[in-house]
Amino acid sequence: MDKVVRMSSEKGVVIISKSSCCMSYAVQVLFQDLGVHPTVHEIDKDPECREIEKALMRLGCSTPVPAIFVNGKLVGSTNEVMSMHLSGTLVPLVKPFQANLC
Amino acid sequence: MNSTSTHFVPPRRVGIYEPLHQIGMWGESFKSNISNGNMNTPSHLIIPSHQKLDNNLSEDTSHGTAGTPHMFDQEASTSRHPDKIQRRLAQNREAARKSRLRKKAYVQQLETSRLKLIQLEQELDRARQQGFYVGNGIDTNSLGFSETMNPGIAAFEMEYGHWVEEQNRQICELRSVLHGHVSDVELRLLVETAMKHYFELFRMKSSAAKADVFFVMSGMWKTSAERFFLWIGGFRPSDLLKVLLPHFDIMTDQQILDVCNLRQSCQQAEDALSQGMEKLQHTLADCVAAGQLGEGSYIPQVNSAMERLEALVSFVNQADHLRHETLQQMYRILTTRQAARGLLALGEYFQRLRALSSSWATRHREPT
Repeated sequence: MDKVVRMSSEKGVVIISKSSCCMSYAVQVLFQDLGVHPTVHEIDKDPECREIEKALMRLGCSTPVPAIFVNGKLVGSTNEVMSMHLSGTLVPLVKPFQANLC
Repeated sequence: MNSTSTHFVPPRRVGIYEPLHQIGMWGESFKSNISNGNMNTPSHLIIPSHQKLDNNLSEDTSHGTAGTPHMFDQEASTSRHPDKIQRRLAQNREAARKSRLRKKAYVQQLETSRLKLIQLEQELDRARQQGFYVGNGIDTNSLGFSETMNPGIAAFEMEYGHWVEEQNRQICELRSVLHGHVSDVELRLLVETAMKHYFELFRMKSSAAKADVFFVMSGMWKTSAERFFLWIGGFRPSDLLKVLLPHFDIMTDQQILDVCNLRQSCQQAEDALSQGMEKLQHTLADCVAAGQLGEGSYIPQVNSAMERLEALVSFVNQADHLRHETLQQMYRILTTRQAARGLLALGEYFQRLRALSSSWATRHREPT
């Protein structure tokens, strides 16, 4: 789906979420804690919201939001991000996008 | 041939699991099918005739009548090593089977009680209508279980009782093998069994959360001291690491580094979830307070509020996912023996908490 491709292929960490989704907020907080400032697209006000959700599910997300992409590639939803972080594989993945923390 | 010892006892009063005693009880129901791994057709059981059980449990009289369990005979022909493992596997299978049978019996009892409750409620309603004063609510403590008639929750509470029993049994076993000599293979099996047991709890909680998320969030199924440490329906993953870590004597540099990283990432994940929960609380409060308060009206957008509550289920699941992953990573980092010691320490920690709750509950009852 065009919109999804466009949103997700932006550089860095992209999170597709909804303004009402508190789990998306939790994921954003996690990335910020790692020094990464993700681009967040909130789709609940988008007229094509349902289509976007369906497209995300087709891509393999267990829940449509939050959907996390790093450099155009789908990482997954909250489950995947948490698993990766605890196994130590998330930080190396997002290292290039960490803001300079002096 | 009916034995009165099969009268059902509520899970919390059953003592520490004793495999030999239990095997004796079900002695005549063993047959060679069990050691061949066929657990689907239980043989005849000693059950009180008034208990109606599932069709699967109907009597099957066409099997051996020897009183001794056949599975022990088969051990003579195999070498020592796989011997113990086979025995343990068979014991585990037997424990699981017993658990399933008890569950079936108890659910039947629950159904009967439920019908009785409905009858009583109808009587109360009638009495109220006729103008008699009737007090509100049932004293939940006297029942010992949740006052809700939600079958999903009732089933969970019962399963949890069995889970704790099995947990206690596993802790005893870990303790005794760690004090003796045990092969790595056998120890690994015990560790994996213990891990799977925790994972089973998370699965149970997921079903319970679907039935009633507030019940899981409240921690009412845990003892009081455990509830003091409650974080989104269970223990904090970072607490888990705090309990485990002092018990590892020699760690390699890589292990120390891995554990350090795990502690940090665990804390970060926990904090992120906590903040998500806070946001959920704020948005729900806003939702409830919306519109005019003081006019006697309902929440203007009830659907919105309901959606917030649905989100709670995903938080409970995510918190359990964190617990799962923390355990999984610890298992990856540690050696088998270290993992065994860690699981023993963790199990005993929760046992102590439960014991503390009992002491607290009974502290005023000492005779003067």
